[in-house]
Amino acid sequence: MKANESLIFAPAEKVTGWRLFLKTILARSYPRIIGQQREKSWIFFEIFMPMLAVSAYVFVYRAIGAPEEYVGFVVVGGAMTAFWMNVLWSMSSQLYWEKEQGNLALYIMAPNSMMAVLLGMALGGLVATALRAVAIIVLGTFLFNVQFTVSSFSQLIAVFLLAMTALYGMGMMSASMFLLLSREAWHIANLAQEPVYLASGFYFPIKSFNFWIAAAASLIPLTLGLDAMRQLIFPSGAALGFLNVHVEITVLVILCFVFLVGAKFLLNYMEKLAIREGRITENRR
Amino acid sequence: MNTSETFRSFRMATWLGWQIEANWTDPLLFAIYIIIKPLASVAILVVMFSIITKGNYASPVFPYIYLGNAFYIYVAFVMTGVSWAVIEDREHYRTLKYMYIAPISIPFYLLGRGVSRIWIATVAVIVTLAAGKLFLHLPLDLTQVNWGLFFISLFVGVIMLAMMGLILASITLMIVNHNYVIGDVTAGALYLFSGAIFPLEVLPNWLRPLGFAMPITYWLELMRRSLIGQVAEAFPTLASFSNMQLIGILLGLTMLFAIASIFMFRWCDHLARERGLIDRVTNY
Repeated sequence: MKANESLIFAPAEKVTGWRLFLKTILARSYPRIIGQQREKSWIFFEIFMPMLAVSAYVFVYRAIGAPEEYVGFVVVGGAMTAFWMNVLWSMSSQLYWEKEQGNLALYIMAPNSMMAVLLGMALGGLVATALRAVAIIVLGTFLFNVQFTVSSFSQLIAVFLLAMTALYGMGMMSASMFLLLSREAWHIANLAQEPVYLASGFYFPIKSFNFWIAAAASLIPLTLGLDAMRQLIFPSGAALGFLNVHVEITVLVILCFVFLVGAKFLLNYMEKLAIREGRITENRR
Repeated sequence: MNTSETFRSFRMATWLGWQIEANWTDPLLFAIYIIIKPLASVAILVVMFSIITKGNYASPVFPYIYLGNAFYIYVAFVMTGVSWAVIEDREHYRTLKYMYIAPISIPFYLLGRGVSRIWIATVAVIVTLAAGKLFLHLPLDLTQVNWGLFFISLFVGVIMLAMMGLILASITLMIVNHNYVIGDVTAGALYLFSGAIFPLEVLPNWLRPLGFAMPITYWLELMRRSLIGQVAEAFPTLASFSNMQLIGILLGLTMLFAIASIFMFRWCDHLARERGLIDRVTNY
């Protein structure tokens, strides 16, 4: 009797090299871009939660009689918190979660590049979070009547893309460091919320700090990204800006290079270290 | 109710909660961890305030914001802590089913897990207040503090937060997929509506009744009044109420939430058992 050919297992076409690299990126980004949109309540809460903080800070500014442009600063900063949260919980901590679930060993055993896995996570997270950030800005603009005056769309797009590339590069770098962590990973990620909101000026202009403090905070790409974006979309932004937008763009380019190259080297090193110390399958709850 | 079982459940859960919170690192790093987060949180508000008012810390708005934010640490720790116990035990440690078959009282076990975080919150609040006094001229004079009002308000407040936490824990028992956000969303909403960092008058008219219905609004007002007396009474929101009236309202609302939490827990617990949710994990 002849077997039904449609039931016979047909192996997928084998891909290697750059094609495998690209397919891995797409495969890892798919659950974030498509999968996460299926759970509607997640979308709601990921927009609603930053909106609560945005509203609270807007009302604080109104209570102390701040000029209305500060309300716009808070709305833009609140939208950017979505990216920071995504980098923190879905990039940096991701390999720790994967270890908890038992997937990390599978990632490492598979014949694909871990760098491609991280890039896929970053790409998927960036696209999915961008949708939420846009929703926060639209909602904040509508609720608090924020006025935007964009002075240069090309610079604005460049700043955003550079800030995101550097930020997710930073996330990829820290993901490899989290590879070694166990229980403490959750606490460390938890600790990196409010201090970063403070240092990066999510709710106020970073210029308010001493120059050297602001310069040190600029190592976090969102600091300069936010500052440059505020300068480009608010009339008074330039007066409250930390550095000239061109300088901030140059620094962001450097940060992109440093974080992406750093992520590549650190990942290789940490992966070897984790394998050598037996931490890939370690599960200390 | 078996008193010894109830007390034992609460006591052991408090000890367990403390171990879970604290033993993941060495004491020094843990001390830094519990101090940095609340200090950064209050520093955001301090910077915002100083930019707009040019550092006018003598304004009565400043202690209003500062103290409200400082004592709100208890809300985040205690209330959210009770509901987190369900998530941690069911999803992370996967021990909730064992707790159910052990000879303990589950509601008191959950309350103990939340209340264990009081010590962490207390340290964070003390450090925040000390920083305000030392560096920001917070008008806090320990000789002028109404200690009786302070401790009574704190005690009732912690019970109230634990009861609210039990309501959240009950809802968390029923929800499998999205339970992680319940505590944070509730704490975030209460931060907005309870007048923690701005007077309720700033809210749109239609949102103010929400603030007046929340016991945290009255609790925070009592904490402010006990510490800085006349400065706190200057704000119009609850100016027409005396301290005794505020304590009466807080006690009444606390009892209301306590009764609601008992019935809520019994109902949710019954449904969760019936639907097989006690040991269901999502692997999210």
